[in-house]
Amino acid sequence: MTYLNIDHVGITFDTDHGPLNVLDGVALKVDKGEFVSLIGHSGCGKSTVLNIVAGLLQASSGGVLLENREVNEPGPDRAVVFQNHSLLPWLSVYDNVRLAVDTVFKGSKSRQERHDWTLHNLELVHMSHALQRRPDEISGGMKQRVGIARALAMEPKVLLMDEPFGALDSLTRTHMQDSLMEIQARLNNTVIMITHDVDEAVLLSDRIVMMTNGPSATVGEVLHIDLPRPRDRLRLADNPRYNHYRAAVLKFLHERHAQPDVPVQPRSKPALKLAAG
Amino acid sequence: MTIALFNPRTTFHSPALDRLQACLQSAQFPRRVVGMVRHLLIPFIAIALFLGVWGAAAKNIQTSLGELPGPGAVWQQAVSLYGEHQAERAKADQFYARQAERNAQKLAEDPDAEVRVRPYTGKPTFIDQIGTSLLTVATGFIIASLIAIPVGIVCGMSATLYTALNPLIQVFKPVSPLAWLPLVTMVVSALYVSEDPLFAKSFVTSAITVTLCCLWPTIINTTVGVSSVSKDLLNVSRVLRLGWFTKTVKIVLPSAIPLMFTGMRLSLGIGWMVLIAAEMLAQNPGLGKFVWDEFQNGSSNSLARIMVAVFAIGLVGFALDRGMLLLQRRVSWDKAAVLR
Ligand SMILES: Nc1ncnc2c1ncn2[C@@H]1O[C@H](COP(=O)(O)OP(=O)(O)OP(=O)(O)O)[C@@H](O)[C@H]1O
Ligand SMILES: [Mg+2]
Repeated sequence: MTYLNIDHVGITFDTDHGPLNVLDGVALKVDKGEFVSLIGHSGCGKSTVLNIVAGLLQASSGGVLLENREVNEPGPDRAVVFQNHSLLPWLSVYDNVRLAVDTVFKGSKSRQERHDWTLHNLELVHMSHALQRRPDEISGGMKQRVGIARALAMEPKVLLMDEPFGALDSLTRTHMQDSLMEIQARLNNTVIMITHDVDEAVLLSDRIVMMTNGPSATVGEVLHIDLPRPRDRLRLADNPRYNHYRAAVLKFLHERHAQPDVPVQPRSKPALKLAAG
Repeated sequence: MTIALFNPRTTFHSPALDRLQACLQSAQFPRRVVGMVRHLLIPFIAIALFLGVWGAAAKNIQTSLGELPGPGAVWQQAVSLYGEHQAERAKADQFYARQAERNAQKLAEDPDAEVRVRPYTGKPTFIDQIGTSLLTVATGFIIASLIAIPVGIVCGMSATLYTALNPLIQVFKPVSPLAWLPLVTMVVSALYVSEDPLFAKSFVTSAITVTLCCLWPTIINTTVGVSSVSKDLLNVSRVLRLGWFTKTVKIVLPSAIPLMFTGMRLSLGIGWMVLIAAEMLAQNPGLGKFVWDEFQNGSSNSLARIMVAVFAIGLVGFALDRGMLLLQRRVSWDKAAVLR
């Protein structure tokens, strides 16, 4: 039975140059405990799909059903791991996770239980050694771990990850991928992850959803990854099936849906406004 | 070799300084000594140079009140002003001692006698004037902050309110304290009527003038701080479904704190400048009045005394700014912003 149903979602933004149809009829059904990757060229609308599932954006057509109930606002049952970690810089690692735990389990867990649950989730991502440090005192990989711990601590029905390791160096990224696989083996969450990295997608996913280029992007092709778990990146390196999957994704991205010749959009960062007196 | 001590980007050569630098960088000197030299010796040299130039220039400037005072004369007056303060204090102590003695005597003669304690009414000294000015600026600044921070927060959170208030803020912001002063004086005279006022009218007038000028930087910076909370953090709050209050307290306010402090520091600086001008014009007690009185007085010492006041004003202003910086360092999470 379908757990999460993205039912022919389309979205049109009003821009200065008139309406912009970014997504058109994106359809995807995700089973419970499934790990799905979204891959596609920059600007095709992956984040937009994820934000619609999260409830942060409203679809213009179609809708999202989670356990047969329509999603129309954000909530902790669809926790998001943001691309730029989005930890509160004024709170310690512990307090960042604790804030989420306190909000989600206000009525259902005692104080002590919430404390233990916070520690448990930080333990899961191997961050117990830096509980009292502030986000600007830890490395990028550690911040991303805390972001994951915060999302996991909400016990979400679906975990949404927007390029969680995109900003990390490749060595840290492989560590984080291994960590994520280990956590996934224990908790068996339902996950939708956006990635740009073909190896990452094949290594982690049960299914890879490849999106066509925008505007009016939609699901181009879905690839089932039938590799036994636990997966080991070294042993997979010369596994013919693994390489076949890689090749399939690469072909989709670079042969059939090569990046149209528009300049790649710079990653938008929140604009820093300077104030004068 | 370049002189990295000052600024590694400005590269100019000087054999003497090169030798000093080489000497400093050699292993004989521990880092702390180098640090001390950098932070004490170099400013010290600069100050000495300044005093030298000032002294030389002052000798050549004749005013109607005599030669422009050099560093020596100013120092002399500073010492003498402090001496006058000590003397005045001693007199006050004597006055109270005599009064206590008299009252004790009265009580001994007649236990039911009515004993009155009268305050000493001497002329306020220079130090007293500094105290008055500080009290006034603190009052004005605190009132301004108590108004400006909530207004700024509300403006930052509601675009409608911001649109409504912004024209007023923009128009009042550039108004000089001197324009406010007559109005404030008249309004205070009309409204602040009481038999036994807790504060002198002049004090209220100056404090309100300071408030009026302190409001704007804090309002504007708080508004910007509150309204520019990162969108990602707001998304976190939406995913967590934080309530309005929790969102404000846990996310919006903390992220606005660095800018709030920037505004408050600007306000305090402006407030201190405004206060001196207001005191001068309105004859309110304080450093401004001291300067004005000395100017009117026109004795041979006046210029040196005014110069002492100038330095006192500068030092107090500097101390106020440092104080705010220390407070910001304690309260704000953004340690990097503090150094800006
Ligand atoms: N609020 C918005 N208003 C107008 N256009 C938008 C808005 N949000 C996204 N878009 C447009 O939608 C398109 C898809 O954006 P999206 O961020 O989903 O891409 P993406 O696939 O996540 O890209 P990347 O891989 O670079 O993160 C882009 O062309 C973008 O300009
Ligand atoms: Mg994106």
